[in-house]
Amino acid sequence: MIGVLVLIGALLSLISAIGVIRLPDVYTRLHASTKAATLGVMCILLALFLFFGLVDGYVSARILLAILFVFATAPVGGHLISRAAHNTGVSLWESSTQDDLRKKKTKKDLS
Amino acid sequence: MRPNDVVVQTATKVLVFIILVFSVFMFFNGHHNPGGGFIGGLMTSSAVVLLMLAFDLDTVKRILPIDYKILIAVGLLIAVLTAVGSFLFGVPFLSHTFGYFTLPILGEVELATALLFDLGVYLVVVAVTLTIIQTIGEDR
Repeated sequence: MIGVLVLIGALLSLISAIGVIRLPDVYTRLHASTKAATLGVMCILLALFLFFGLVDGYVSARILLAILFVFATAPVGGHLISRAAHNTGVSLWESSTQDDLRKKKTKKDLS
Repeated sequence: MRPNDVVVQTATKVLVFIILVFSVFMFFNGHHNPGGGFIGGLMTSSAVVLLMLAFDLDTVKRILPIDYKILIAVGLLIAVLTAVGSFLFGVPFLSHTFGYFTLPILGEVELATALLFDLGVYLVVVAVTLTIIQTIGEDR
């Protein structure tokens, strides 16, 4: 079970790396990297926690704290990077049709 | 357009406490495990830097009204006093000792005078880092 968790985590990290290469623009790349990499890192950390807990009999609160920390910070980081990209005018992929934030900003500038 | 920083500010309010608790843990952990005054101090200052990023330099200055240059002096003074204190017991400069004490909540703990020296290192590291960042960050 612990090995399966490590493999799932590594696989998710690989998928997110492939997503960063394959996807067309900044926002979809961030979508791939933040979500999949966060879950991959959390799976690997959970496997580490279970390994130390079950095999060595050592409950490490630091790993639980790290899981909580990664879970809390990675989405915030992705949000901030994508918002900075949008504020500096990085354009979306040409096939995307909806940009509510841009619409909201231009409306606010007009009024 | 006025920036909307609700997400980062709310996350910071929670995360700063985790970072501060972990830095204090690192500081006390340094005697037998990886850790110590240096990385504990760097972690504390990184928590304050996170506050400066999420809020404002002036806001952080208002909630932490500390002159960091005085803090450098206090840290150095603590380190020197723990080193000089060994003269009182007739042993060479910077000699350290430890003993086992029974504290009310924690039970039996090992207390070393090296912890006091580490406290000086901790204060100097926090103060120097924050002095550098505050001096660079202020626009004039």
